[in-house]
Amino acid sequence: MKLLYFAWLRQKIGIAEETLDLPPGVETVAALIDWLKTRGPNYAAALDNTKLVRVAVNREYVTYDHRLNAGDEVGLFPPVTGG
Amino acid sequence: MIRVQREDFDPGVELEAMTRGKTHIGGVTSFTGLVRDMAGGTAITAMTLEHYPGMTEKQLAEIEAEAHRRWPLDAVLIIHRYGELKPGDRIVLVATASSHRDAAFDSCRFMIDWLKTKAPFWKLEATDAGSHWVEAKESDDAAADRWRQS
Repeated sequence: MKLLYFAWLRQKIGIAEETLDLPPGVETVAALIDWLKTRGPNYAAALDNTKLVRVAVNREYVTYDHRLNAGDEVGLFPPVTGG
Repeated sequence: MIRVQREDFDPGVELEAMTRGKTHIGGVTSFTGLVRDMAGGTAITAMTLEHYPGMTEKQLAEIEAEAHRRWPLDAVLIIHRYGELKPGDRIVLVATASSHRDAAFDSCRFMIDWLKTKAPFWKLEATDAGSHWVEAKESDDAAADRWRQS
């Protein structure tokens, strides 16, 4: 699975992207975020307030109950501010 | 047509290209977004736009398709820039063309409202005191909600 981080989420986590295997038991977006938060204080800080974390799977917005697949591209980012 | 680019654009040239040869078009509405020099009373020295390559284009294409579904449009154009911009620089151009003005006006407003809440772009404002990420505005969500169809 490919994970991409943007804007202040990218800055707080410290990397723009990473590739990893989905751990056993992590089947949804919500579970992925909970697991990421255990990987270090940088992840915990970036993902602390999930009201400010939007999620896209394969470049489409999804809700936190969306089920993940091994080859997914998952983007995590703050609410958008373009235009 | 969708374009996401670092370079500036010339609205006059773009609007001319959009309508050239399409003599059934009766009107064009366009919105050009610019970098302001102030935000909340603080002077802005630069603004950097980050985006999600691939997803940004996909979301803009969906906004374009939705505009075509809702209004009888002859042409649609969205150009959005990324990278470092200065106050006064152009950020975005949204334009719609139709036989009649109501469709052109309404669809242009729809597209910029939806773009602001759906297209993955993020603004980083630089000031003399440092830089900060712009927070999403509830007023932008409210503007997009006006176009929600039940």
